[in-house]
Order: sequence, then structure tokens, then C-alpha cells
Amino acid sequence: MIVQTLDIGLAALVLTLAGWTVLARAAFPAVVSYVTYGLLLSLIWVRLFAVDVALTEAAIGGGLTGVLLIAAASKRRKSAVLATERDVTPPLRRAIAVLCALITSALATVVVSLPDPSPSLAPQAVQNIAATGLGNPVTAVLIAYRAFDTMLEKCVLVVAIVGVWSLARDRCWGGAPGAPTVIAQDGALTFFAQLLPPLGILIGIRIFWIGADEPGGAFQGGAILAAMWMIIMMARLADAPAISGRWLRIALAAGPIVFLGVGILGFAAAGSFLAYPAGFAKPMIIFVEIFMTLSIAATLPMLVAGPPIRTPRP
Amino acid sequence: MSFALNLLSVTAISAGLIFFLAGTLGLLRFPDTLSRLHALTKADNVGLGLVVIGLLPLADNMLAGLKLVVVWVLVQLSGATVGQLIAQSIRRFGQTG
Amino acid sequence: MPDFLLTAAVFILFTVAIGLVRILYGPCDADRAMAAQLFGSGGIATLLLVASATRAPGVEDVAMGLALLAAFASVAFVSSIATAGPEGADGE
Repeated sequence: MIVQTLDIGLAALVLTLAGWTVLARAAFPAVVSYVTYGLLLSLIWVRLFAVDVALTEAAIGGGLTGVLLIAAASKRRKSAVLATERDVTPPLRRAIAVLCALITSALATVVVSLPDPSPSLAPQAVQNIAATGLGNPVTAVLIAYRAFDTMLEKCVLVVAIVGVWSLARDRCWGGAPGAPTVIAQDGALTFFAQLLPPLGILIGIRIFWIGADEPGGAFQGGAILAAMWMIIMMARLADAPAISGRWLRIALAAGPIVFLGVGILGFAAAGSFLAYPAGFAKPMIIFVEIFMTLSIAATLPMLVAGPPIRTPRP
Repeated sequence: MSFALNLLSVTAISAGLIFFLAGTLGLLRFPDTLSRLHALTKADNVGLGLVVIGLLPLADNMLAGLKLVVVWVLVQLSGATVGQLIAQSIRRFGQTG
Repeated sequence: MPDFLLTAAVFILFTVAIGLVRILYGPCDADRAMAAQLFGSGGIATLLLVASATRAPGVEDVAMGLALLAAFASVAFVSSIATAGPEGADGE
């Protein structure tokens, strides 16, 4: 009974926040509301016993998207292009609202009327997990059963970063994003950025490492490491690196390249693309995950930093 | 022994609830952003600390208990920083909407 | 004991809900920037209580990760106000 109250309370709060986000008048309140919505949603994931998803929701929905949206809102405010607001007339708004409501109710009906127990491959997934040497079925799905998807996702990250960089002016190509570092100011932010990252890096590495057997994994650990780098950049303790830097580009591309390499190796070692040789699966999975984590930790902050705006140093 | 630990948990968590209530009342009733900031970063923080103390006896092992304490330390750190930064922004820019 | 923990969790969630309504309504942006900090203390307290009551596996690590990310989010919000003012937030 108490658990139901908790669940209903959580759901009501999350829905209220969603409504608030849509109805907000300015960008900043909407972003704050959206990020809090994401953080509370991760509580709901924990209640649904989907702990890996909870961590990812908090990392991406809470941390990364919030920073991206604030940066976008502030850039939009600085530019003069606000005319698109006037093109969305009230009848169009009403039509959009009705369409969204229809889609939402259709989704809700489908979810509520799923057969119980729903058809699912989960039992087979858990049964065969011993062959991969992992203990966490989510990681097994991500890196063993549907490794192809995950590899493509990492490639998408590289494409995204190239897309963001392509927004640079021609003369800035090869330069660095963000304003140059002023002399690091004393103060609370500097203290925070000196104290939190060491702890955060430890936590990030730990969450990546235990992903093999407990909830966690490369993506969550990488997102936490990315957040630590973003704090350092936000506090102006370090500059964003120039995009022509060799080590930066190696870090960004390492994940997909290693994943692809292991996949091709699968032809020789076990008979097909991305197959792992028997008994050797777990070390290869960990090997791939290390580079995935590195790439994610490098890509996400560079996405937030944006296109280069400084001309490159000769 | 286990009864004493349970009693400690219940007492600590109840005290934590009182602090959370006080913090929220402060959020609702204080007239000014700066005082609301106090209510949030201090009262709610102590509430979390008491909840953590109450959950320590129920933890599975020492490592789990250590993680609970780390959570509290992280929230304290962010509370301190947020407090300073918001106060700086209000001092610099005034309370605009 | 689990019942007590769950009741405490519901209570704290209730205070978080009321606090959020007040904060998001708050007239200036500095008020709203506190929302992530409110989640960091109240929401994570709820999470810890619920996890202890329902014995969900591996939640202490998630709580650490969440606390870290809530800290990051709250400082990100606030520094975007503090460095450039509420009207011209300068995200990094």
C-alpha cells in the first residue's frame, strides 16, 4: 500500500514537471524543469528495477542535456533570430497539442494492454549469459548479443562531433572551442572543480568496471567522466583542446575503431563479424569497453563545447 | 543488538524527516532568495545526513556504508558551491526575473 | 522496518514535490537554479530509503553516480547564471 503511494506520488510529480516544462515561458525555467524531470525519472527507473537505465537517464537526461540546452538557449538569445515564434499561430499550436495527446494516449493504451507476461527474450538472454563470462545481463545485451548496434552508436557519436565541428567558420577550423582561459578566478567554482573531479573520476571508473557484473557499464562510466571534464572546463581551469590536436582525435575515434577492429577479428577468431572466441569473451569485452569509455568521455564534452571559435595557433 | 541498531535507524531517520520538513517550510515561507538558499542547502543537507546515518546500520557491508557517506559528502560539496555561486550572482546582478 | 523506510521515503518525496513547486515558481532564475540541489538532497534521500526497503541490487553505486550528476547539474545551472547574469547565460 505504501509502495503504491510512493509510485503514484512519483508518477504524479514527474507528469507535473513535464507539464511545467511544456508550459514554461522562458528557456531557463524550462531547462531546469526538464533536467529535474530527468533526474526524477531516474528514480522511476530504479523503482522498475532498471538500474542501468536509471544511471544513463541521470547522466544524459540530467547532466549532459541540461548543459547543452542551456548553452543553446543562451546562444539563441544572443542572436537576433526569434522570428520563428511568430510562425506558430494558435490554431497550429492547438493542432500540435491534439496530435501529441493522440500519440501519447495510443502509446499508453498499448503499454497498458500488453499481455501479461509480455513476450520477451529475457529468459534466454539470462540463460546463455555464462558463455559471455558476464554477470550483468544488460551489459551482455549491449556488448555481446547486439554488439553491432552498440558499435554503430559509437560511430554515430563520431559523426555527431564532426557535424558540430563543421559549424565552424572556415578560418577557425583547427582552432579551439570556447573563450580563452582567463586567469583562474579564486572562488567557490574553482574549489569545486578542484575537489570533485578526482572523486568523480574514481566513481566513473568504478561504475565502468563493475558494469560487467553489477549495474553500470561503459556508457554510464564514460558519461560521468565526461561530466568531470565539463566541470573543469566550466570553471575555466583548463581550455577546451584545439580540434586539430592529435591526442584528442585519437581519443574520439578510439572507441569505434577498436570495436570495429575486434569485430573484424571475429571473422578470424570465431567465424563471423563481432563473434567472440569461446572462453576469451570477457577479456575482449572489457578491452572494447575501455576504449568505448574513453571515447564517450572525450566526445560528450567536445559536443557541449561546440564548434571552434578561435583561430588555430600556427 | 539488532534491536538497538533498529532503534538507532528509526530515530535518526525520523530526525532527518523533521529536518526535511523544516527545510521545505523554510523554502515556502522565507521572503528572500538568499534565505531560501539557506533553508535548502543547510536544513535539507542535515536531513540527508541523518537519513544516511540511519541507513548505515542497515547496510550490507562496510563498502556499502562507505558509499552512503560518499553520497552525503557529494551533496554537501554541491550545496556549499551552489550556495556561494547563487549568492555571488545575486550580489552581482540583483534579483531579476 | 521496510514499511517505516517506505513511509519516510513517501514523506521526503512529498517535501521535495512541494519544494519543487515553490522553487520553479520562484520569481528569479537564481531560485530555479536550486532545483537540482533540492533533488540532490531530497530525491537521493528518497532513493536511498527506497533502495534499502526494496533491496534493489547495486543501488548504492547508482546513488553515488546520481549524487555526482546532481552536483554537476546544479553547479552547471548556477555557474551559467553567475558568470553572465540571468539574462545572458553563458553556457560552456
